[in-house]
Parts: sequence; structure tokens; C-alpha cells
Amino acid sequence: MTIPVGTDLVFREVVRERSGEDIHKCFYCQKCTVGCPTAYMMDYTPAQLLRLIQLGQKDKVLGSSAIWMCIGCEICGTRCPNQIRLAPVMDTLRQISLEQSYQPEPAVYALHRSFLDNIKLWGRVHELTMLMEYKIRCLLMRYSLFFQGLFSDLKLGGALMLRGKITLLPERIKRLKEIQNLYEKTGPSGNQEER
Amino acid sequence: MKYSYFPGCTAKTTSAEFGISSEAVCAALNIELLELEDWNCCGASSAHSLNHELSLSLPGRNVALAQEAGLDIVTPCPACYQNSLSADEALREDAEWRREMESLLDFRYTGKARPRHLLDVIAHDLSIDAIRAKVVKPLTGLKVACYYGCVLVRPPEKTGWDDAEYPMTMDRLMEALGAEPVDWSHKVDCCGASMALSNSDVVANLSGQIVDGAIEAGADCVVVACGMCHVNLDTRQAPSPGKPQMPILYFTELMALAFGLPEVEKLFGKHIVDPRPLLRAQKLIS
Repeated sequence: MTIPVGTDLVFREVVRERSGEDIHKCFYCQKCTVGCPTAYMMDYTPAQLLRLIQLGQKDKVLGSSAIWMCIGCEICGTRCPNQIRLAPVMDTLRQISLEQSYQPEPAVYALHRSFLDNIKLWGRVHELTMLMEYKIRCLLMRYSLFFQGLFSDLKLGGALMLRGKITLLPERIKRLKEIQNLYEKTGPSGNQEER
Repeated sequence: MKYSYFPGCTAKTTSAEFGISSEAVCAALNIELLELEDWNCCGASSAHSLNHELSLSLPGRNVALAQEAGLDIVTPCPACYQNSLSADEALREDAEWRREMESLLDFRYTGKARPRHLLDVIAHDLSIDAIRAKVVKPLTGLKVACYYGCVLVRPPEKTGWDDAEYPMTMDRLMEALGAEPVDWSHKVDCCGASMALSNSDVVANLSGQIVDGAIEAGADCVVVACGMCHVNLDTRQAPSPGKPQMPILYFTELMALAFGLPEVEKLFGKHIVDPRPLLRAQKLIS
């Protein structure tokens, strides 16, 4: 038997171990894919992704946009006849892909990054400053991302602000140091260097 | 009845109507909410997307804050609920993680404070008769599409909801208020959640399908139990000629309305799709 070039058989064990999900049990019934609300946006469907993991196709999996298109709605895991929850698998794949410097989907990554930075700053999320960082990150990463939806976002932001749903000033929690300690403890992927 | 209360970030901002109406309804039902002192953001979708340990430790701090009181932790936000469940599970099952967190945050884990969603508490800790007894203005004739969304009910082994595919808890609650829940196919579909900013066309598509489904089922409004669902459904309805705008209401707003609580009326002005014309036509507000 020959093993195709690029096969990494350790990879699937790492994913299994870190996600806690027994991905070997998948027999490709594709219920996950049928139920997935964002499968139509993915380069590989959820079932294809599981198959690629089983086959050790690490580069294809970690470089895919699919892992960033999962919104974690848990419909796949709820319907899987083998009780494989794909949401934690997707989380694991995103985390490994960042650790190993694969290119994330820029807008999704920029949003998550800005969100986590914001919590570190105030202890709670303050939409206005979070959105500002998000837009700056988009601008720095890809010029066109900054303009994408800019006017509809501004219009919506204005409407929400008028209704008092986006506040000007952030609220900082008292023991912010505790939050910063948590960021320090949970280490490098929580403080992924600028990319 | 007393609970620890974790409102979550959006209950004070983007879903202020939810926070305010939740607190008013609980007060009317003699549910005492003791807000966790100095609570923090649970990390929403972002922490578990990028960093596993951070996603357990941010909500873990809130779970830690609730240990001494030993009361169940009630939250109106399904994402906070879900993340708190994961954090509580990790503290319970992983002894090494528990020791690390206990020394870092200086607390002792007792396991007595279970994370709960507000809908679960209202529907299951009170009898349906107790709720019916509070109704002074029945929502007679109001057709509601109860929308549960994703992580409120899923994964079922963690949330233990009545039915992961076709739940009825909110429908029964609406019935007790006198409203008429409709049968429809989108109860547990996902609205697109955190893609609201990074891929707004995905959200417009998914939320649009949900609103269309409610229109098709003959509903007058969609009832939600999540701030994120509300934002996505309320703000992504592109006005088009001949198509009705669908008001999106929190279940607690409808409870407050049926209970005759005065503070609810000013909340309706915060919605993007104004629910007042519908409520006036139904003679529920003047």
C-alpha cells in the first residue's frame, strides 16, 4: 500500500485528542453537511473535512476557509448518528491552524481578535471600541475589507446608537487584573502575535 | 426564589430591552436576581474559536464568583449560558484544571451553582398556573412564531432541553399568556450569529429565511430568547414593497406586556422594526 504525499497520520490523532471527539467514527452519512447553515459558503463541506482529517490531509484542512465559516450552531453534532460534535472539532482546527501559522479567513479572524482584545481592555465587551479595532484590523489586512459593508454598518450603528443600544463610553470592571491574569495564563494562542 | 444573576454584556447594550424586561418580569414573579459582583464577558464565540483555555477561564471566573452563594446562575443570553455550562463542566470534571483555576482566582468550587437560561428558570421552576395567574392583559389573537435559535437548545446532552429539534417550552409559555403559537419549521435554525459583522450577507440570508418562514406560517411576530438572534432578525429585514416587516419581540417583553408592567411600553421604541402598530392593532397598547 502506498501512502499519498502530504499525509500526516499524527494530525488526526492530535485533532481527536484535543477536541475530545472520536472523528474516526464518521461513516460519511453527511447529515452534518445537510443541516449546516453555512455549508454553502465552505470550500470543503463539514463531512468532507472530517474525511480529510481521517486521511491525514493536514494542509488541506488547516488551510481551508471552511474551518472559519463554522458558526458553532451545533446542528451537526445534534444530528450525527455517531455523536461526533463538529463544533469543538472546528474550534480545535482553528486553534491549530493559528499555532502553525496557516492563513485564517481575514474578516472572521479580525472580528474574533478584536473581540478578545476588547475583553482584555475592559473586562466586558464595549461594542464601539471593539468595532473600531475591527475596522482598523480590516484596513490593515485587506484594503477592500474595510469598505465591505462600511456604509450599511455605519447606518445600522447609527440607528442602534440613537436607540441607546451602542454606548459611547465603556464600562470597566473593577478587578480587571484578574482578567489579564487569565489571558497571561492561557498563553500564546490567546495573545497570538500580530499577523 | 433566589438566583445569582449574570446579565451578560448585551443585556446592558444591544439587547437592553431584554435585560430590562427580564428584570421586571422576574420581580413580578418574585424571582430575586442577585447580580454577580464584577462579572465579566464570557468570551462569546471568539474565545472558543481562538483559544480553548481562555474560553473556559473567562466564563470560569463568573462561575467562580457564584460559588460562595451556591445559587443557580441565571442568564438571559444563550451564548453566556452555553459558555458558562462548558466552564462549569471543566471545573467539575477536570481536577487539575480546577486546582489551577481555584488558586488563580482564589475560590473554592462547590458545584452548587448551575448555569441556567432564564427561559428554563421561568418555564420550569414556576408552575404554568403561577404565570397564568399574573396575566392581566391576555395576548388573545396574537399569533407568535417561537424562535429558539441554536445554542439555547444545543447540544442536547449539555442543555437538556425538552426537544432539540422541535422544542415547545416557549410555545407553552406563550399559550399561558393567551397568545397563539404557530407551527413552523425554523424554530432551531441558526440566525448567523457572530457572522453579523464579518460576513453580513450570510446573516442576511439565514435571518431572512427565518423571517420568511414566520411570515409563511401566518405569524404576527417572532418571539426570541437571545440578544444576538434579536439583533440579526430585527436589523436585517430589507424593506421591500408588498412584504410586511416582521416585529421581533423578546419573550420577556410579551410577558411584561401581559402582566401589565408599565415599563415595557418604552422598550418598544428601541426596536428597529417597530412592534407598536401591531400591538395597537391587537389592542394591547394604546
